[in-house]
Amino acid sequence: MMKKKSVLKFSLAFAAALSVAAIAPQPTKAASNASSVSAIKKRGTIKIAVFGDLPPYGWVTKSGKRTGYDVALARQVGKDLGTKVKFVQVNADSRVDALNSNKVDMVLANFTVTPERKQAVSFAKPYMKVSIGVVSPKKKVITKASQLKGKSLIVTKGTTAENYFTTKQKGVTLQKYDSKTQQFNALKNGRAAALADDNSYLFAWVKNHKNYKVGIKTLGPNQYIAPGIKKGNKNLTSWMNKEITKLNKKGFFKKDYNDNLKPYFGSDVKPSDIIITK
Amino acid sequence: MAHSGINILFEGRNFTRLLGGLWISAKIAVIAIILGILLGIIFGALRTLHNPVLRFVLRIYLEFFRIVPTVVLLFLFYYILPKNFNMNLGAETVAILVFTLWVAAEMSDIVRGGLISVPPHQVEAGEAIGLNRLQLYYYVLLPQSIKLMIPATINLTSRVIKTTSLLLLISVMDVINIGQQIIEANSQHYQNGAFWVYGFIFILYFILCYPLSLWARHIERKELAENA
Repeated sequence: MMKKKSVLKFSLAFAAALSVAAIAPQPTKAASNASSVSAIKKRGTIKIAVFGDLPPYGWVTKSGKRTGYDVALARQVGKDLGTKVKFVQVNADSRVDALNSNKVDMVLANFTVTPERKQAVSFAKPYMKVSIGVVSPKKKVITKASQLKGKSLIVTKGTTAENYFTTKQKGVTLQKYDSKTQQFNALKNGRAAALADDNSYLFAWVKNHKNYKVGIKTLGPNQYIAPGIKKGNKNLTSWMNKEITKLNKKGFFKKDYNDNLKPYFGSDVKPSDIIITK
Repeated sequence: MAHSGINILFEGRNFTRLLGGLWISAKIAVIAIILGILLGIIFGALRTLHNPVLRFVLRIYLEFFRIVPTVVLLFLFYYILPKNFNMNLGAETVAILVFTLWVAAEMSDIVRGGLISVPPHQVEAGEAIGLNRLQLYYYVLLPQSIKLMIPATINLTSRVIKTTSLLLLISVMDVINIGQQIIEANSQHYQNGAFWVYGFIFILYFILCYPLSLWARHIERKELAENA
């Protein structure tokens, strides 16, 4: 009896504590936007979320310097704003929360635009595109999706490639694996005719595996990588849109591609397969 | 194999970077432990008073921090609360805050347990010679219960040190986070870099925690010898 009572008391108190948290003052929209362009300039630093462990997009060299395709863009943004850049290292699943809790002003971490994410954050103009690619042995290279009819294809579970072939190309038999390492080993062991994944990973992989070729470079709809900005921060979003247009005119992304991505992708990939020049 | 994987630790500034990460982990743990123990002693003492409201509030506090996993607490204080309260603390400050509150909660229970295990006649004897409450704690209760508290406190300390490995989830550049950067940056050259980096981190944590466990064993032995 005593026990029941105290359980009840605890849950009541807990509920009370939660409701205090719930009715706590929400920052009103009109109250200053902490991540507006002028606020960032006044602060003198822009906080940008990047990856620390995804070469060649965002990673750290052995001397401890942040580098990569996204990081180069981040530094350029800082330069054009006239502020310092403070990098905040995030994981894939903390990118949305980092924006919403004002830990960062912008996310430049290989952030793919999806309808679900658009509900939670705003995206500026995309600066990179990825798509599904198909890699196969050079001896029996697959160059069209129709060649895969009735054959086996390797994919990793949960990827856009798996999704695309399950819904759009039903004539293909899928072999599903759990990790990148497993799927590439399966291809090397000749378990299937080809392997499908994000083309940016495949380009990097064939660089070190000369007997294979990305026969289909793009398949299905393109997916775009764009700067993530807190929902409703129109001020910074429109600044960033202009910034990307300006950088495109200056050929910044082509240089960024050559500096950071080309060494990983090899020469049979053109910058236009990855970057957006419009 | 053309080169040994252990070299991954000595490339460039990798070694000093890992030690730097360890320094961050250790700093957060030490500050949180010191503040947490001080706070915990106060809370523990308050919980032995016969004030039902105070006891109830502190009990809720303890249960909250004991039941909710540390990962959830870190997320709550780093990502969720700032949204509602419009305050913004840095990752390391949040880490210290959460760990301090957690240590204080666990410590309050250790202290309370130690204090109530002092035989009542000791307290009565103290009261008989005219000690006030504060003097009772200072001269009678604390000296007799501190020995009982030390082993559990050391245990708590090593748990806190190990739990710093969760801090990478809130973007603290701790030793695990740096380790992952190094593994991924070198995954082309060092296929088994993960083994060496995590192996090295294991040794670092071992160096931090093993002396504590030796100390705990030493104290227990001493106590056995005294009681024999």
